[in-house]
Amino acid sequence: MKFLFDRNTWQEIFGSISKNKTRTIITVIGVLWGIFIYIVLAGASKGMDNGFEKNFESVARNSIWAWSQNTSIPYEGFKKGRNIRLKVEDAVILKNRIPEIQYIAPVNTKGVFGGEPALTTRGFKSNSYAVYGYAPEIAKIATQKIYDNGRFINEEDMLQSRKVCVIGERTQQELFDEDEDPIGGYIRVEDVYFQVVGVHKFTQTTPFGTDGDIFIPFNTFKKLYNTGDGTQFFTIAAYDDADVIQVEKDIKAVLRSIHRVHPDDERAFGAFNLGEIFGKIMGFANGITFMSLVVGLVTILAGVIGIGNILLISVKERTKELGIRRALGATPNEVRTLIILESVFLTLLSGIIGIILGAGVLNLLNNLTQDIDFPYTNPTVPIPYVIGALLIMIILGTLIGSIPAQRAVSIKPIDALREE
Amino acid sequence: MIEIKDLHKSYKMGSNSLHVLKGINFSVEEGELVAIMGSSGSGKSTLLNILGMLDVANSGEYNLDGVPIKNLNETKAAKYRNKFLGFVFQSFNLINYKSALENVALPLYYQRIPRKERLERALKYLEQVGLKEWATHLPSELSGGQKQRVAIARAMASEPKVLLADEPTGALDSVTSYEVMDLIQKINDQGNTILVVTHEDDIAHMCKRIVHLKDGVIVEDKKVKQVRASEYV
Repeated sequence: MKFLFDRNTWQEIFGSISKNKTRTIITVIGVLWGIFIYIVLAGASKGMDNGFEKNFESVARNSIWAWSQNTSIPYEGFKKGRNIRLKVEDAVILKNRIPEIQYIAPVNTKGVFGGEPALTTRGFKSNSYAVYGYAPEIAKIATQKIYDNGRFINEEDMLQSRKVCVIGERTQQELFDEDEDPIGGYIRVEDVYFQVVGVHKFTQTTPFGTDGDIFIPFNTFKKLYNTGDGTQFFTIAAYDDADVIQVEKDIKAVLRSIHRVHPDDERAFGAFNLGEIFGKIMGFANGITFMSLVVGLVTILAGVIGIGNILLISVKERTKELGIRRALGATPNEVRTLIILESVFLTLLSGIIGIILGAGVLNLLNNLTQDIDFPYTNPTVPIPYVIGALLIMIILGTLIGSIPAQRAVSIKPIDALREE
Repeated sequence: MIEIKDLHKSYKMGSNSLHVLKGINFSVEEGELVAIMGSSGSGKSTLLNILGMLDVANSGEYNLDGVPIKNLNETKAAKYRNKFLGFVFQSFNLINYKSALENVALPLYYQRIPRKERLERALKYLEQVGLKEWATHLPSELSGGQKQRVAIARAMASEPKVLLADEPTGALDSVTSYEVMDLIQKINDQGNTILVVTHEDDIAHMCKRIVHLKDGVIVEDKKVKQVRASEYV
């Protein structure tokens, strides 16, 4: 092992590869390309991974929206086609019967799924906006980003059915002047005055929603629009470790039993299962990561084999040189070491250049995708992957290098010298 | 210095075997300058290769400076070559991507001599052959005679016990040949033992002793009056 740290060894290797520039460059490009592809693919798939995660970061990843529809099977004397109305009390039953449910909140809306948006005015300014009756729990299911000084609907608002509202960015722009503080101001929603307590920053936390939505307490909504104990849909979050597909099935089953719907009636209740979709997307992202690792590693392998190939030719080309070296006293081991170290050195050199170039391209991609709507954030390659790739390169470089090295010492020096 | 007893060597050529050396008995004292002559196929190069441990005899004894040379593996042969022998070839055999200085320093590298000392010593030998100013030049920038002088400097750099020259003037014109022989004579004057394989009479007569080989046996072994190459230069 001593020769590895001997300056003379490296001077000899460096001399040999720096004086054969064309050969060195061609050799280097092979592995460089391989590791470059590996780094770019691994980083890009990680970036996509991060991008998906970022898109979903503000919403509980296992949230489910459940609503009622019409029955499709006659049951217990009811004919088919009966319209089912969800009730607020269903939430309590669901939570009691399905332990996987962490939060459940009823939601009523106006102007989202049918119905006219509410005409909202303030002074001479007016526009129509969708109105949501939201319980405070909603903030736990889908994180609400509220601008400074503002707040989301709280328990007191709920209990006292306060006439307060959280408005969207667009609503603020359209109803308030630019330098005006909307917090504490009043807007009129269909003849009822509401005090603005917060402005929400719009993020796609639900399958619906816009930047103009007005949120009011669920109980206020109930009184305002006389919805009684009815609710349009439930927003549900399951615990992180729950099987969301099973939870969705359980929810529908419980709802069927409460509302006396045939157990096999699939059409009576609808649900949008974000957890399931998220799972599919992450599965897809994992698949891409795995594939890019495989492709990258195979490309590295191809590159290293390329190095072996070129070294094999170069050994043939250098037969005479190696013969001279041996006539001058190089032992077979020294010749073998020279070739193997050349191989490992070239592999590592090109590997490191490839990593640097790959990192540069990843950085460029990151900058280019910064402002566009594409799930791509912070593309990084985990250090263990990089070290792993370097180790693989050293091992492969040694293995591949030992083939031409063996070839080099298998020729007798006298035959090597005769070579013209 | 060199002692050979009943040396035999044959090559297998398919089903035939070619008997090249048929019992060579031969010895060289320290400080001798011996020419080995013979027509092509006489076995002179084979003899030199065996002396240089580049080839192995089938039978016979070989002692070099009191060390019996037998049961050589490649590693041992390489060490002996490095320690005992210097080679000069007809086709110079310089490494074409190394400068003259690096070429001369190469045998010292295999003696594990540090780079600085190696280059200093190499420069000293280049100076001896009169090529100090050409130290940084590549072999392709040198003339044939200069290349052979670099090769001689390289052979001398490891301070070998015996210098083996295989047709050192074979690729050179006569004027350059005499220059090279002049150099070899001067090195011999310093007390070095040198064996020169040649088929040219005038070159052979610049040595102190001529050994004639014919069909694998020594037919003549005589001391001659040395002709100084400097007379022709």
